[in-house]
Amino acid sequence: MTAPSGAEPAARALTGADPAGAPPGAEPVVAPSGRPGLARRLLRHPLAVGALLYLAAVVVLAIFAPVFAPYGPQEADLTRVLATPTADHWLGTDSLGRDIASRLMFGARPALTGVLVTVLVAAVIAIPIGLSAALSGGADRIVSPLVDLLMSIPAIVVLLMVLATFDQELLAAMAALGVLTAPGLVRVVRAAALTVAGEPYVAAARVYGFGRFAIALRHVLPRITGPILVNLSLVAATALLTETGLNFLGLGVHLPEASWGGMVADASAAMNQQNWMLIPTGAVVAGTVIALVLLGDGVRDATAEGWARPATPARSRPTRDAAAGRARDRRPDDAVPAENPPILLRVDGLTVTVPGPGGRPAQVIEDVSFDLRAGETLGIVGESGCGKTMTGRAVLGLLPDGAHITGGSIRIDGVDATTMGGRERAGLRGSTIAFVSQEPMAALDPLFTVGGHIAEAVRVHTGAGRAPARRRAVELLGQVRISDPERVAKMYPHQLSGGMAQRVAIALALAGGPRLLIADEPTTALDVTVQAEILRLLRTLQRETGMAILLISHDWGAVGELCERTLVMYAGQVVESGPTATIVAAPQHPYSEGLLAANPQLGTPGMPLHVMPGGVPAPGEWPSGCHFAARCPYVTDDCIAHPIAVAGTDDHRSRCLRTRPTHMIEAKP
Amino acid sequence: MKRILMRRLLLSVPLLFVVSVVVFVLQSLIPGDAASQLAGLQATQEDVLRLRRQLDLDEPIWTQYWHWLNGVFHGSLGTSLTNREAVTTALGTRLPVTLSLVLGATVFATVLGVVLGVASSRAGSLAGRLVDLLSVGGLAIPSFWLGLLLISLLSVRLGLLPATGYVKFADSPDGWARSLLLPVSALALGGVTAIAKQTREAMLDVLRRPYIDNLRANGVPERRVVFKHALRGAAIPICTMSSILLVGALGGSVVIEQVFGLPGLGGLAVSATGSKDIPVIQGVAVYFTLLVVAANFLTDIAYALIDPRVRAS
Repeated sequence: MTAPSGAEPAARALTGADPAGAPPGAEPVVAPSGRPGLARRLLRHPLAVGALLYLAAVVVLAIFAPVFAPYGPQEADLTRVLATPTADHWLGTDSLGRDIASRLMFGARPALTGVLVTVLVAAVIAIPIGLSAALSGGADRIVSPLVDLLMSIPAIVVLLMVLATFDQELLAAMAALGVLTAPGLVRVVRAAALTVAGEPYVAAARVYGFGRFAIALRHVLPRITGPILVNLSLVAATALLTETGLNFLGLGVHLPEASWGGMVADASAAMNQQNWMLIPTGAVVAGTVIALVLLGDGVRDATAEGWARPATPARSRPTRDAAAGRARDRRPDDAVPAENPPILLRVDGLTVTVPGPGGRPAQVIEDVSFDLRAGETLGIVGESGCGKTMTGRAVLGLLPDGAHITGGSIRIDGVDATTMGGRERAGLRGSTIAFVSQEPMAALDPLFTVGGHIAEAVRVHTGAGRAPARRRAVELLGQVRISDPERVAKMYPHQLSGGMAQRVAIALALAGGPRLLIADEPTTALDVTVQAEILRLLRTLQRETGMAILLISHDWGAVGELCERTLVMYAGQVVESGPTATIVAAPQHPYSEGLLAANPQLGTPGMPLHVMPGGVPAPGEWPSGCHFAARCPYVTDDCIAHPIAVAGTDDHRSRCLRTRPTHMIEAKP
Repeated sequence: MKRILMRRLLLSVPLLFVVSVVVFVLQSLIPGDAASQLAGLQATQEDVLRLRRQLDLDEPIWTQYWHWLNGVFHGSLGTSLTNREAVTTALGTRLPVTLSLVLGATVFATVLGVVLGVASSRAGSLAGRLVDLLSVGGLAIPSFWLGLLLISLLSVRLGLLPATGYVKFADSPDGWARSLLLPVSALALGGVTAIAKQTREAMLDVLRRPYIDNLRANGVPERRVVFKHALRGAAIPICTMSSILLVGALGGSVVIEQVFGLPGLGGLAVSATGSKDIPVIQGVAVYFTLLVVAANFLTDIAYALIDPRVRAS
């Protein structure tokens, strides 16, 4: 060991970036280049730098112990035994009057060589075996059971035997420890390499005809350096603790040679007279282990940074001025006409903000307003990223972390939910508002039976006992048209088909007798035939229970099937709202028109589908004028000059300059 | 599920075989043998040879192994070379000590670790950083050093608990608990932080899953979401960590028994290694391996109890 830092050369050797290791003439399929080196990135982590400095100091002091140590390791001064720190002995003396600081320096030598031996042995065995197990099925069939077997061998017994065999030769025990730790490391290497081996660029390298060896060395090993180094740092930490433990038991170095563990044992023997000696001896061991672990963490983080995509600079401009200049479509807070059912949900000017790139707040929903009457069905349509789901979550009161409401109100039964406390808000969920999500499989806890799931919700909402809740759960399963509810109640989510799981999720949502069901893309993940069944079920349930449904979808077919009224959302705004039939027949907003033209179900056979160019701008990158201007075929200078107000009749309105207050259908181009 | 358990049981047979062969081969390499140790320094060459013949140490290693294996099938692990005591008897008196220590430390670490981990997963990122910090500390502090510190503070200075020695549970349950409290704590500390970190990460992972969201959205109270659904979802990695701790605690117990003067298997292994008492070492190896096998077996059963998908496979 000549380098001041022990970890650095090891890190270099393991990155596999060394060109000498690559077979000649091998062209990398993906050449990661232009990144700062691992060492340079490591230096940006202050904790890792501190750990590196500490370890470097320990290594230097150990190597040059004869130079730096003020006393020899065996130099006893029986006139000054068990001294606390003084100017002469700045860490005090032990029971024979030997200088503790000097002995710690000499004791670092067996500790560090022992750790180095264990780490090298473990790495040399585990890395090639782990890599070959990951890249070759044949090798894996031998390696994996063998690893399972070897990991169960009690290491301490083998270590004791090795120490007896080699007459307390500590390095032999440390090498044996390396062998015994290797199986665990093989698992880590294999698991990490398996994930990388599944990535497309490794598959591509295979297709190009690279040998397994070249792939392992050039494409897989560099990518798994991080996990390997982290685990080697843990191996090193364990090795140091084992070395200290063996020396503490007096099984390591021959006395009176100095060792850290032996010094702790000396301290314990003198404990009845003085316990100062425990402090420096324990601290130096703990400090070194901490440094090894922190260095490992730093290497992991630095490696992860190296493979991360370069962060795109935040080009976005906050849309605050747009929000400030927005024209609100205020509605008169009119009394409800007698023939209309009462308003269940009134969302007014709702604005939701998330922390955007660079920490600047970005709006994801801007000035969204709509009403939903009891028993009414409303669809929200738009592409991904338009704020549909976020609107649903805001109504539920379950915005993702960091997102919060910065404007407007959500009135449920006339009470503003945005001012409610968390508990009061939670009380509305399930009983007043329920939710059905997109992925039915992911929406059910895999560890609970279908019946247990629904019964839990029933008990929460009705306070029913176990048996009645169970009966009610079976009833609910029948209500969602599951043919054998008793049997299905005993099943686990993984035993259900997608359509069945969605029916179960709907039954779960019905458990509290909600008056509003928010269904977020409830059919997207299902087969086409099952989609139709679920939509029919929702319509039937809506009629049976009289609950209102807020359907979030990108599918006009689903919305047309279920919803009387529709909101079209684009880039956080409602761009059009009105009766579904009217919007489908005569869309006012160019975005609605584009969406409808791109819908395969509504297309004319034989005519090519029209696809809108471009994509939805990300939150924080919305223009101050019309959000849709960049993709709009009718865009004018006025559109981008200032925010667009909502216009139209009370029944059918849109956020477009071409919309006149009067009803007027323009000819399509 | 049954197949997994069967496979586990079947694997334990070659495991025990491998361990016993490794121990036998290693011991044959040890210079000197029990005969020369027993005969003492004054003994003549004939004395040693006679003793060696008496102890069957003059036979080839494979014959010796065959004798030992034969004994195993008849329920005997041989007799100690140093005091002619049956190995099963010697181990039997010491097994409860080691079991109390190792199981105590595992249970202590798991319970406390889960409590800390759940608490920190519910508190903000600051608590997470604190757990990270503590887990580095828990890993770094050698258990025997912590044991000495506990003795020095709680026993020597404050006189609250006995510093060393073991009281049998049958003699005095209270004394048993008092004699184990310090060693179990010293052995468990590293485990507490490891379990806390594992629990925190597993909880955060589960709490991000869509079904948790769906439960909340349909009105299941937060307390139930956390303790009934998220904690159960996090239970498998916690069990894995627990069983890893138990196996690690077997090794750690050797040192901790020495610190606290507990008459367990570890101390026996150390002294038997010193006197080259092969049947005893072999017996300790077999017992430790059986404990590992039992731990793995229990872990598999726990997985199956937690996750229906494991039961099905």
